[in-house]
Amino acid sequence: MLESTIGPVPLQAYLIVAAFLFCTGVWGLINSRNAVRVLMSIELMLNAVNINLMSFSSYVDGSLIRGQVFSIFVITVAAAEAAVGLAILLSLYRNRVTIDMESFNLLKW
Amino acid sequence: MNIAYSTELICFLILSAVIVSGSLAVVLLENIVYSAFLLGGVFMAVAGLYLLLNASFVAAAQILVYVGAVNVLILFAIMLVNNKEKLKPIKGLRTRKFISGGVCGGLLILLLRVSITTKWNLPGPTSIGEEATERIGEHLFTDYLLPFELASILLLMAMIGAIVLARRDVSIPAADINDLKNQKSLSDKKVPLLSENSIK
Repeated sequence: MLESTIGPVPLQAYLIVAAFLFCTGVWGLINSRNAVRVLMSIELMLNAVNINLMSFSSYVDGSLIRGQVFSIFVITVAAAEAAVGLAILLSLYRNRVTIDMESFNLLKW
Repeated sequence: MNIAYSTELICFLILSAVIVSGSLAVVLLENIVYSAFLLGGVFMAVAGLYLLLNASFVAAAQILVYVGAVNVLILFAIMLVNNKEKLKPIKGLRTRKFISGGVCGGLLILLLRVSITTKWNLPGPTSIGEEATERIGEHLFTDYLLPFELASILLLMAMIGAIVLARRDVSIPAADINDLKNQKSLSDKKVPLLSENSIK
C-alpha cells in the first residue's frame, strides 16, 4: 500500500469504515438483550452516518462544508435521543425491574 | 514519498483499527461497563477521523457532546439499573444471531460494493482550515437558521421529557404519614405538573 506515488486517503476508505461501523451497530441493535447496549448500538449507527457526512463534505463540498453543519445537527439529535432513551429505560426498569429487551412486551397484542 | 500523506495514512489506519475493533467489542463483550468505556474510545477515534478531514470544530463538538455527555449518561444509566441480572435463556437465540449476522454481513457487502465500484467524481479533499468554524457559523445563522432554532426547541423538549419520565414517585410508609414534611410532599404530589398552581 505504501507506494512511491502515495496520495491522500481516498474517500472509499472512510466509506468502508463507516459501513463497517453501521453494520456493527445494526447487528448490536438486533441482538442485544441489555437495553443500555441497544442505546449504545444506536449511537454507533449515528456515528457511522456522521463519518459519511463529514467525508463527503470534505471531498465533494470542500468550500461550503454543508455536511459539517448537518453532522452538527445529527450530534444534537443524538444527544436528545440519548437523554430521552435513558429516561424511558429508567422508567421501564422501575416498572418491570429488568433490563432484558425480551421482557418489554407491553405493546404486544 | 510525501511525508504528510504517509503520516495521514498511518493515522487513518490506526484510527480505523480502533473504530472497527472498538465497535465490535462494544457489541460483543459480556460486561456492559467495558462496553461503555470502549464506546468512549470509539467516539474519540471518530473525532480523530474528523480532525483528519480538516473539521476541528466538529471534532471538538463530538468530544464534548458524545464523550462528555452521552457516554457519561450511559455510564450513569448502567449504574442506576441492575447489571448483575441473570437473563433467562431463549430458544433459538443462536440461530437468530447467525441469521441477523448474515443479514448485516450482506448489508456490509452491499455498502462496500457500492462505495468501491462507484466512480466518484471528486474535486479531491479540499481544506479551508480554520475558516471552517466561521463558515459553520455563517451557515447556522443564514440558510440553516430554521433547523438551528428547531434544534434548540428539540433540546428543550428532550430535557423536559427526560425529567418528567425519570421522576421518581415518592412512597411514604404508613407510620410516618402524619409527619409534617411528608404531608407537604403529599400535597405537592397532588398538584399536577406544569399547572398554574405549581408555579409559585
